[in-house]
Amino acid sequence: MSIPLSWYLILAAALFAIGLFGVLSRRNAIAILLGVELMLNAVNINLAAFWRYLDPAQMAGQAFAVIVFAVAAAEVAVGLALIISVYRRRKTVVADEIDLMKW
Amino acid sequence: MLLEYAAIAAFIFVTILVGFIAIILGMLFGPKKSTDVKAMPYESGMNPIGPGTRRMPVRFYLIAVLFILFDIETVFLLPWAIVFRKLGVFGLVEMAVFIAILLVGYIYAWKKGALEWD
Amino acid sequence: MTQSDLITILPLLALVVWACALLLVDLFIPKGRKGWTALLAAAGLALTMGLTLAQAGREASGFGGMLRLDGFSTFLNVLFLGSGLLGVAVAYGYLKRMDLERGEFYSLLLFSITGMMLMAQAADLIVIFLALELLSIPLYVLAAFARPRADSEEAGLKYFLLGAFSTGFVVYGITLVFGATGTTSLAKIVEVLAAGSLGTGSLLLTIGAALILVGFSFKVAAVPFHMWTPDVYQGAPTPVTAFMSVGAKAAGFAALMRIFVMAFPSLSADLTPVLWALAALTMFIGNIIAISQTNIKRMLAYSSIAHAGYILMALVAYGNPAVAADSVASALFYLVAYAVTSFGAWSVVMSLEKPDAKGLEINDFAGLGRRNPLLAAAMTIFMLSFTGMPPTLGLVGKFFLFRTAIEGGFIGLAIIGVLTSLISAYYYLRVVVTMYMREGEPQAEGEYWLTFTTVVTALATVVLQFLPAALFALAAGAVLK
Repeated sequence: MSIPLSWYLILAAALFAIGLFGVLSRRNAIAILLGVELMLNAVNINLAAFWRYLDPAQMAGQAFAVIVFAVAAAEVAVGLALIISVYRRRKTVVADEIDLMKW
Repeated sequence: MLLEYAAIAAFIFVTILVGFIAIILGMLFGPKKSTDVKAMPYESGMNPIGPGTRRMPVRFYLIAVLFILFDIETVFLLPWAIVFRKLGVFGLVEMAVFIAILLVGYIYAWKKGALEWD
Repeated sequence: MTQSDLITILPLLALVVWACALLLVDLFIPKGRKGWTALLAAAGLALTMGLTLAQAGREASGFGGMLRLDGFSTFLNVLFLGSGLLGVAVAYGYLKRMDLERGEFYSLLLFSITGMMLMAQAADLIVIFLALELLSIPLYVLAAFARPRADSEEAGLKYFLLGAFSTGFVVYGITLVFGATGTTSLAKIVEVLAAGSLGTGSLLLTIGAALILVGFSFKVAAVPFHMWTPDVYQGAPTPVTAFMSVGAKAAGFAALMRIFVMAFPSLSADLTPVLWALAALTMFIGNIIAISQTNIKRMLAYSSIAHAGYILMALVAYGNPAVAADSVASALFYLVAYAVTSFGAWSVVMSLEKPDAKGLEINDFAGLGRRNPLLAAAMTIFMLSFTGMPPTLGLVGKFFLFRTAIEGGFIGLAIIGVLTSLISAYYYLRVVVTMYMREGEPQAEGEYWLTFTTVVTALATVVLQFLPAALFALAAGAVLK
């Protein structure tokens, strides 16, 4: 007896939705970044679940998951560097206050 | 079919319940006296030094960012190590190329002085 | 690695190695001599261009079908490398003038182009994700390159946050497609879909495709996913903006075409109405908001949004097998027309830009017609080309786009396209009127490579329109199979 695939997908979808909500509702750049990371983690749960349930002999899902989080780490490093750089100048990372340009 | 998990669910439920009961009992019956010592930040029993929101040198962040990068890339070494014998020379060359690329980044960070503390 | 693998990635490999080497070599080039880095970067791009052209007409596929070399990838790679060369040309003097001379600029540019080339060659969803990140991450840094100027840092941060957000959509969509079909290879997805019998998986597939579309709509700046564009285009250093408006957009469309035309023709019944609405909204809103802009960079940003709409218009018909080939060809053709025109317009903007983001109002162009007839004439050509008026490449490009839309039976969309082009004439021609009819004393920069770029792109905009058949034949040869 095992847990059906759909449970994992629901978990991933919920995590994705939480991340999405975080990105849209948070005003702090770091918190927005955390939201994005949650979205990417949802992706990894999906990948692991699909790999396990669809075709465990084929490695594509696993390999993809590893690539996703390695690349995500590179992205986060760049993002944090940008955030630090903005913070040093402005003393704020609140997105509403980063508003030199408005349409 | 998920009955095996019922025990775990019950366990989690009871744990949370016990936690809540303990907190609520304390709130209801405990004496509420605030002293200076109690309001101090907890630092493993030592007397706290300086304010809680002390500024950190920005170098910590720099090192941390570099650490994230080089740390995560080792994830590619693990699967390679497991199938190392099967891949043979090809895998070795492949990994050498991968490390060489990382090395380019490392040399760059080094020459730029990102690893200097002062 | 087999021979076929090597042939497939040879230009890409050359550029990656060159970019890594450039990063290290630059460390030993003293400050104030960064012209050498620019020269080396240009040499690397030219070398890769030579390899790409030498492979023209060849078809190969490598790494178990993950990467491809075909007409489509060659066409786009030449476009990317060309815009990279122009990018180096305009950046060299600009960085010097704005006191931003850091060698990393060129390495980052090369890395970004590598990502774009990988995107053009990708035939697997994993590679598309990797390419998307490889092209975006250097662009995030480049957008913030004018550090410590606050607006540039802000542009970088905004571009990063929205870029990472959109990547989340793309990659989540990819996993759903992977779950529905059990494969990430575009060719195998087609096979699975042709065999039918997806059952509940077809819902996953449709949602996945929709999420991928949303993610790439951010990348190509289609309404309603365009909010970042004006801020980022305004804040980023102008050479970066020029390169981004051409390269990143072309790469986004490359991925959309590869994924949708190659793998998802069977979903067109669901996706065509969505694409229709996206294209119509993008053309309409981009052009309308551009009217009220006073800053030339913001105006061109909205113009770039609007042009994403025109290119999307060609893709609306992708599901109709009779028109699919034409729709890819006309989109590629318009990408070239847009690339040439856009680079030219940005180079004129750079000529007039002063340090600290001064000299960027449309009013600062007043009197250019008298002070600097060459620049003014070139800018007039670019504005006419953006509008789609003769005698320019933009007219021919729009003609092909509208023809595709009408052939595909989307006459309403074509009418919206024509109407919004008429609206756009208002703000494009306002720049021309300002240059010739108003008094002013603009000081234009006469740096050699910048003027060179302006002249070359202006000539290309005019001359290429006389051989549309040849260029269109090239684009048509680039069609996906």
